[in-house]
Amino acid sequence: MPVVSMKDARKAFGGTEVLRGISLEVERGEAVAIIGPSGGGKSTLLRCMTLLETLDGGALSYGDLAVATEGASGRSVYAKGEELKQARGRFGLVFQNYNLFPHFTVMRNITDAPLRVQKRPAGEVEQRARELIAKMGLEGCEDKVPCQLSGGQQQRVSIARALAMNPEILYFDEPTSALDPELTAEVLRVIKGLAAEQMTMVVVTHEMNFAREVADRVVFMDGGVIVEEGPAEQVIDAPREERTRAFLTRVGE
Amino acid sequence: MVQMLGEGFLTSLQIFAFTLIGALPLGVPVALLRVSRFKVVRGITRAYISVMRGTPLMLQMFAIYFMPYYVFGIQLTTDSKWQAAIVAFIINYAAYFAEIYRSGLQSIPRGQYEAAEVLGYSKAQTFLYIVLPQVVKRIMPAIGNEVITLVKDTSLAFAIGVGEMFSTAKALVASQVSMVPFAIAAAIYWVFNFAVELVLGRIEKMLSYYHD
Repeated sequence: MPVVSMKDARKAFGGTEVLRGISLEVERGEAVAIIGPSGGGKSTLLRCMTLLETLDGGALSYGDLAVATEGASGRSVYAKGEELKQARGRFGLVFQNYNLFPHFTVMRNITDAPLRVQKRPAGEVEQRARELIAKMGLEGCEDKVPCQLSGGQQQRVSIARALAMNPEILYFDEPTSALDPELTAEVLRVIKGLAAEQMTMVVVTHEMNFAREVADRVVFMDGGVIVEEGPAEQVIDAPREERTRAFLTRVGE
Repeated sequence: MVQMLGEGFLTSLQIFAFTLIGALPLGVPVALLRVSRFKVVRGITRAYISVMRGTPLMLQMFAIYFMPYYVFGIQLTTDSKWQAAIVAFIINYAAYFAEIYRSGLQSIPRGQYEAAEVLGYSKAQTFLYIVLPQVVKRIMPAIGNEVITLVKDTSLAFAIGVGEMFSTAKALVASQVSMVPFAIAAAIYWVFNFAVELVLGRIEKMLSYYHD
């Protein structure tokens, strides 16, 4: 069973259709990169999958948990609060601009939600946090607040914060586009490490080299539809569709 | 003379304390109603804030003092003045505090709410643990301004005959034909506000361990 499954997703903002029938499934252990021009619907897709936006039409489920089903009229019908809450426990999201809690220390940024939301035991949460801090190369930053960290460190904290919830799937919304090139590298290295450990993830990215190296599957989105998808070698290096080719030429691939 | 002024100051201090104790919390629901989803609620709250900020506190005190008698025919007692003053101060300052809270609330970036939502925080948890502490830091300078203004505004209670420090000073000036009582009163207001500034500075320093 796929970790997440989206069927015929549609979303419009005030008459402008941003998603026009997107179907996407992600299997356990799979890394999917979503590429495409700005305004093509990539971020909206991620926001719908993470329940920050509601779909107008189509279905969305996390494993056996139906989050939104397609009603008789074709409009999405969302599950009740309790199920949505359960679904939120299954994914994590890393934002483009981190969105760390500025008044919390690094440690508390990572441990607060597992303690308060998931009500896990303090000892276990703290141990997990320390593991993640080590894994993200953030030793010594435990008691610092986000404003004392570089952008790359902040983004690694936000990855740790998401992982501390033990999600089944992790979403990244352009995780490096707010970073300088040298800081980009350290964040990409961490994400590559996660992919190597078979972490299920969906990464919206502008980094074609990164997509090629990390992704099992690359999805090219434009105009609210999936134009082309397949293995990176195929979509990035030998695109079949004219629109994909044009986009890749523009970004210099 | 200093003793009389001191007693007057105690009354001023009570007005000050009761107003803060009443208005600081009351401002919260007012701010929330001000950004309510319901247009009518928003409109009424907005009108309330507009009247409170747009008319003199002194007139509001008169209105509240005399309303029970003229509208409901209730006989005024010796406590009425004091009660009217406190009520007027609280509902007036709550309007100002509400606007400060609203500006603070609206200055918190959307991303904070979204991060909390994705992590599964409930609405109440998001407000209490994520938003509120950040709002407090952002609004401290504006709150400080109001608190310092309030110290001096307590003298307005003089208008309906509450015997706070300014009334006492004025009476002393008349009886002694000397401006000294005014000078002493001014010094007391200033010294007290100096202490208030120290406390505010301490709080701001406590919150300065981070910036965003």
